[in-house]
Amino acid sequence: MTDSTPTALTLDEARHVAKLARLKLSEAELEACRHDLVAILGHVATLGELDLKGVEPMAHPGDRTNRIDPDEPEASMTTQEVLAIAPATEGPFIAVPKVLGGDEGSA
Amino acid sequence: MTTLPGVIEIAESVKGGKVTANQALADCLQRIDSGDADTNAFLRVEPDVARQQAQAVDDAIAAGKDPGPLAGVPIAIKDNIVMAGRQTSCGSRILEGYTSPYESTATERLLAAGAVLVGTVRCDEFAMGSSTEHCAFGHVGNPWATDRVPGGSSGGSAAAVAQGLVPAALGSDTGGSIRQPAALCGVTGLKPSYGRVSRWGLVAFGSSLDCIGPITRNVADTAAIMNVIAGPDRRDSTSVDTDPPDYLAGLEEDKPLVIGIPRQHRHEGNHPATEAAMEEARGIMESRGATFVDVDLEMTDHGIATYYVVATAEASSNLARFDGIRYGRRATIEPGESLEDLYARSRGEGFGPEVRRRIMLGTYVLSAGYYDAYYKKALQARRVIHDEFTKVFEQCDVLLGPTTAEPAFGIGEIADPLTMYLCDRYTVGANIAGIPAISIPGGFADVEGTKLPVGLQLQAPFLGESTLLRIAHQLQKATGHHLCSPGH
Repeated sequence: MTDSTPTALTLDEARHVAKLARLKLSEAELEACRHDLVAILGHVATLGELDLKGVEPMAHPGDRTNRIDPDEPEASMTTQEVLAIAPATEGPFIAVPKVLGGDEGSA
Repeated sequence: MTTLPGVIEIAESVKGGKVTANQALADCLQRIDSGDADTNAFLRVEPDVARQQAQAVDDAIAAGKDPGPLAGVPIAIKDNIVMAGRQTSCGSRILEGYTSPYESTATERLLAAGAVLVGTVRCDEFAMGSSTEHCAFGHVGNPWATDRVPGGSSGGSAAAVAQGLVPAALGSDTGGSIRQPAALCGVTGLKPSYGRVSRWGLVAFGSSLDCIGPITRNVADTAAIMNVIAGPDRRDSTSVDTDPPDYLAGLEEDKPLVIGIPRQHRHEGNHPATEAAMEEARGIMESRGATFVDVDLEMTDHGIATYYVVATAEASSNLARFDGIRYGRRATIEPGESLEDLYARSRGEGFGPEVRRRIMLGTYVLSAGYYDAYYKKALQARRVIHDEFTKVFEQCDVLLGPTTAEPAFGIGEIADPLTMYLCDRYTVGANIAGIPAISIPGGFADVEGTKLPVGLQLQAPFLGESTLLRIAHQLQKATGHHLCSPGH
């Protein structure tokens, strides 16, 4: 489909990306994903054929910027509404596993 | 069963007292009841909520009040647009059973206009796909050949309309997700200009690309729905600030136009039926005084690469919110595992393979060391694509081409993700540039004895919806392709 060399992506790199993405994948799932990413990145590498020197990146179509509204407070969702959709609650709180004292990265 | 009346027809009957909104709803529910098993388009049919909405319309009429321009019109909603107190799952296990506490602007405006929102239709998980095979709650069949895909990601929306279960549905389009299924199912699908319809309540996939739009059986019905859902919304800071024109009133205008045909959209890989559809359209428009010019969209071949970097980068960031804490599915963790394990397990178990793949790709292109090589480069290519459209629209008023190269493929036929991505070759440009584009029925292809619809795509400059709808309306009146329905 493209003549460009498929980008190399090792299983270790894929594992690192999965960690950054907070995705727990089995080794088989990781390998399947790595395989697909290599093919897709190979196609993406065709962008290298373009001369993009000095071209300003465009994050939003037509460089349109956000509209700013006056800062007028209005009612937000009630605690009850928020708790109603939470997977675990305790009194007026959303319950989560212990955060402090465990893994250093979890704060 | 007789053909289902269209949006405008139903609204006029209800307003004129020929049928009640409740009767129109009962007819629609009966069609869904007897027909949905063929395509599996509907994920949730909600007769009770719909009856209350229909009753409100009938009450308004009885009280002598204006029930609104869409009085009693049953509409199906894609499973990634939220409605207050009703379930939205984005075709994903991670949102299974999620009930939205708020209403999207698009559905709020439909309800205020008297529409009856009968239920939710299937889509690819988080709108990521071109076949609706990536829905965690079952796939959808194409009404023209149920062993084939309806396209995607708004496959349920297109199938439900094509099958005549509802006269209209809302879909969303990030890279072709309204137009491609509309083409494959033989119906009309409009992707509006970026920001023309508020994204409030549309579950975000690629925030600089996402658009809500209608799928209907004819162009006038699309105009009628756009008249209701388009317009500024202070809850979406990217919504276009100016008031939209009256799209229905603009349909009958007649002024000579210059229509451009991109050379790069006349690929040798296109099915011959798409060429025939373009020739037919050319003849019709020329007889109405239009001039045709060949133009170049040299960046067509780089559209998919640009799109899949930008869209997945935005998706990996948008989908970070699904972590199993505040709402959605929470996984069980083993003793000794941390909060981070809870996130990773919830996401690993909750997301399907296509969504995981795109989150991985998006995370990779944004990660340290690769940002400049991929993300920045794609944003630069985006500008080149945008500017190329701007330049081409100095030579013509609209662009005409096929929506897709091929008609509907078989369920399970395309297993390779990249091959699936390349189905969107002609559609991603409009999202990258933020311009409006519409797909209308262009006739039929004969594939091994099966009659399958092909779609024509028209693209216009930013906020050029009126021009698109006008040409689409003229073509449709001349060809009558939109009047063909499966099984007739």
